[in-house]
Amino acid sequence: MTVSVRIPTPLRKLTGGADEVNIEGANVGEMIDNLEAAHPGLKERLCDENGEIRRFVNVYVNDEDVRFMDGRATALKDGDEVSIVPAIAGGC
Amino acid sequence: MNIVRALKCRECGHEYEIQPTHVCEFCFGPLEVVYDYEKLDGYFTRELIESRPQNMWRYKELLPIDGEPSVGAQNGFTPLVRAKNLEKALGVSELYIKNDSVCYPTLSFKDRVVSVALSKAVEFGFKTVACASTGNLAGSVAANAAAAGLESYVFIPHDLEQGKVLGAGIFGTKIIGIKGKYDDVNRLCSEVAGKYGWAFVNVNVRPFYAEGSKSLGYEMMEQLGWKAPKHVVVPMASGSLCTKVHKSIKEFIKLGLIEDNGTAVYGAQATGCSPIAKSVKDGTDLIHPVIADTIAKSLAIGNPADGFYANRVINETGGWAEDVSDQEVIDAMKLLAETEGIFAETAGGVTLGCAKKMIESGKLPRDESIVLCITGNGLKTQEAVVDAIDKPRIIDANLKDFDELAAADGFDAAA
Repeated sequence: MTVSVRIPTPLRKLTGGADEVNIEGANVGEMIDNLEAAHPGLKERLCDENGEIRRFVNVYVNDEDVRFMDGRATALKDGDEVSIVPAIAGGC
Repeated sequence: MNIVRALKCRECGHEYEIQPTHVCEFCFGPLEVVYDYEKLDGYFTRELIESRPQNMWRYKELLPIDGEPSVGAQNGFTPLVRAKNLEKALGVSELYIKNDSVCYPTLSFKDRVVSVALSKAVEFGFKTVACASTGNLAGSVAANAAAAGLESYVFIPHDLEQGKVLGAGIFGTKIIGIKGKYDDVNRLCSEVAGKYGWAFVNVNVRPFYAEGSKSLGYEMMEQLGWKAPKHVVVPMASGSLCTKVHKSIKEFIKLGLIEDNGTAVYGAQATGCSPIAKSVKDGTDLIHPVIADTIAKSLAIGNPADGFYANRVINETGGWAEDVSDQEVIDAMKLLAETEGIFAETAGGVTLGCAKKMIESGKLPRDESIVLCITGNGLKTQEAVVDAIDKPRIIDANLKDFDELAAADGFDAAA
């Protein structure tokens, strides 16, 4: 499965400035591992020491928050669009 | 005197120079403005503050701008009302309303955060400002940007109350309705902010913006006679206000402006969107995002950015969190209006409704000082109560008709 991943501004130093990268992965967890292989350092920004997605990181697959699906196990298919968005925004 | 030191990550402690950014590059934690308070020793006194004009900038040393405010110089300093009638209705002895439903210029506490955010955006050199909003923020950004000569874009959920759409559109802002909930708007804005280089007040300028909320707390303490209340109840959407009211109290204690009164902070949410209240009640600091569904649209943030920190403030101060149904929101809006003559928006109904519930359950003691933070105006959320109030009784312009009506009400015309 190849998906496109939108990279938020704070992480673009690790992707050579790219705001979108194409990555393989059958599910979100695998995709993050492959992201790490292609752009070392990304995984520790996205996941804590147990491999769980950090509290302040939101991951969306086709505009749906993976917390409302199967988290890291959320399945991916060809052409899916993944967004990584810092959670700290909005409201008051 | 400028005492701003840096932006600091609340998670890992990494510090950054002052710049328009809001998340830590290392751990994605939120950045917060930190200050060198000791520079204010012997300078920032009650007398100095009292000598200044009555607006939120009388505390400017504790707000993160470099010079004088260029936006919203008149904002803030809303009334603190002793709520005698509501005290009787609720059976408590000392109750106050911090009434930001009359905040200048757009009738919500957002005018505080926006004046800081836009003043800072001007300092950074931005020409276009923007926000993700549940309504009040859109109106405030639009109005304050218009007055400051800035271009603005405001992003809102497509199904907001008419009063809030109109209350932003009138200022000539570019208003974008997003098909989705606030959380969808927020996510889009996070991506737009990175792409277009605009100052999004609650995205890339958020650390500065959020500090503006502290002014509500400073005013509350000054207006109580340089004293913190024993209990303060705040509405929670992202949870930011809750944390900033707490920060304001800690700062005043640190600066020697007030004594530590052991103030407990309480959070209020609508049941249809209560991820923070639920976490407090469940005794966990894990916030599970929800799909929001409540008439209190200004609080309808299902994935609250500061939920974790609001939860911590509530626990550390010995407060509590509560949630109320939409019907309880409406009942509380009417109660506040009929007892104190204050027409609050739905969020105000949430705050009072939750306070009432916590008084009845004993979480809020009846014999100690309580401040309720009312943050927005009911004229903007009329849909919520339009069916809950009496309609006018229609009569002809005829004295006899009125006499009959008055007699039915128990009045005798004076002979």
